[in-house]
Amino acid sequence: MNAQELVERIKAVLGDTVKKIEVHKGEDYIEVEVDKDSIIDAARKMKEFGFDHVHDLTVVDYMKEGYFRVIYNLGSYTVKELSYFIVGLAYNIPRDNPQTVSLTRVYTTAEFQEREAFEGFGVIFEGHPDLKPLLLAPPVAEQRPLRKDFIVKEEPEIKR
Amino acid sequence: MSGFVRGSVGYNDLGLPGMWTRRIGKDVYEVFIGPQHPGSGHTRIIIWVDGDIIVDSEIDMGYVHRTMEKLSEGRQWIKAIPLFERMAIHDACNVTLPYVRAVEKLLDVEPPERASYLRVLLCEINRIAAFLYGFGIFGVFLGHSTMYMWPFGDREVWVELAEWLTGARLTHTYPVFGGVRRDVPAGFTDALRKAIRYMRRRLEDYRKIFVDNPVIRSRLEGVGVIPKKIAVELGITGPNLRASGVEYDVRMNHPYEVYDRLDFEIPVFEEGDAYARVLQRVEEIKQSLRILEQVADWLDKHEKTPIMAEKFWKTAPPLYKKVFQEQGRVKLPATFAIMKVPAGKAYERGETARGEISYYVESNGANKPYRVRIHSPSARNAIVFKYILPGHRVMDLPAIYGSIDYFPPEADR
Repeated sequence: MNAQELVERIKAVLGDTVKKIEVHKGEDYIEVEVDKDSIIDAARKMKEFGFDHVHDLTVVDYMKEGYFRVIYNLGSYTVKELSYFIVGLAYNIPRDNPQTVSLTRVYTTAEFQEREAFEGFGVIFEGHPDLKPLLLAPPVAEQRPLRKDFIVKEEPEIKR
Repeated sequence: MSGFVRGSVGYNDLGLPGMWTRRIGKDVYEVFIGPQHPGSGHTRIIIWVDGDIIVDSEIDMGYVHRTMEKLSEGRQWIKAIPLFERMAIHDACNVTLPYVRAVEKLLDVEPPERASYLRVLLCEINRIAAFLYGFGIFGVFLGHSTMYMWPFGDREVWVELAEWLTGARLTHTYPVFGGVRRDVPAGFTDALRKAIRYMRRRLEDYRKIFVDNPVIRSRLEGVGVIPKKIAVELGITGPNLRASGVEYDVRMNHPYEVYDRLDFEIPVFEEGDAYARVLQRVEEIKQSLRILEQVADWLDKHEKTPIMAEKFWKTAPPLYKKVFQEQGRVKLPATFAIMKVPAGKAYERGETARGEISYYVESNGANKPYRVRIHSPSARNAIVFKYILPGHRVMDLPAIYGSIDYFPPEADR
């Protein structure tokens, strides 16, 4: 299966919830933008389709545009032809009100990763069983150090 | 942020380091293991025990967190390589290779064939060294001091080889964008073959004293079982996943460099217990030796051709070119320091000794990354300590912890 065929199959699986599909360089990473409200539904469908675990949860801060992009990069252990690809299930949330829903009900894998996104960016995942910082001490986590407006005094090179 | 860690009392009030206990209910005690515990490394495992049985557990990580994702946003692309390899210094090539490959994707650069073989060469040397390191630590956990001394001594063989090849025992910064830094020195493949023969003999010794040892077997068999379905659901990775019966290895499922041209197998065990994870690692060392033999053959058969993509060194000053052609050594030209990477996103993964590492790299066209997200294998395996420990005896904890080969600096990033 090549990337284009997978794009067609993902379109068929997810239906109307897909807002945009993009194949990135290397033809092995596909980013699927969905509506925030339908994320749980989309994740369920993707899991049934064969993407059985969250490979990685990435949040990207677009400060100038005023939103966070939450990307659940899904991978497959059990379906061999899908395991070549990573599918990023993405949606945007406003920077000033980073509320969203947790995917832990669908993917147990997401539990620790959502905690990491919470401490770094302050994204609140509703429905998470135990939302607390993972790596950072609480006073540091309060400052949301991975946001672009967090200034590291010792590292003046880090620009917004 | 109310309701932080359930076991956060030590952090807030008492501040006593090390191991202490607190009575929770009539029979349940809370036991803190680490972060200064000699076994657990720089992490803390909190368990709630009823008598000798663990009823609940939690992992409190982050004691060696170095904010790599944030720091990389302030460094030129090339300077992030020595930063990232601090995750697992003895597995440096495996850890940084996916980052290098992700940036190469954005740059549209392919390394020459010889460079790909050399990358695989160091990756497998690193892999064996990292497995031996894991075995050594595991030996400490089980009170088997021979299994601590032997692998640590034998690891030296591979570390020396890596030093000969790259100039550094650890943290080699060997793969760079477009190729590798050095070609193999004269006589290297002979030494490599000797090391392979030695290692095969030593694996037999390990089998006699450790793997087939009835005491070790009784400590490990049937302990820390992770069934296939749970392993997939928890998303664990690497040898731990394959020991649970899932046939998945990035080198096979998403081949990179020249792995698709090499002949090797992915061993899989069905049992999913701590003992299967030991056997898994022994088998994987054997496969790595097999790969190294093929790479040595290839290097012997082929002439020394460039180890760096044409794009990078054609603009270099004449003196640099001379060093490059005569000594097979790349003195990095200034292009690397001022390099700007075209805007875009790339996702790349690779198989390290402990499992799959993945990099999400985003560029906005500047000379520094906009965002690099790293997810390391130990960070993915950490969830095991929350879900697999309950139900076991306290005695089983070191056996499970050691068999997972959890490495805190890599997990914390």
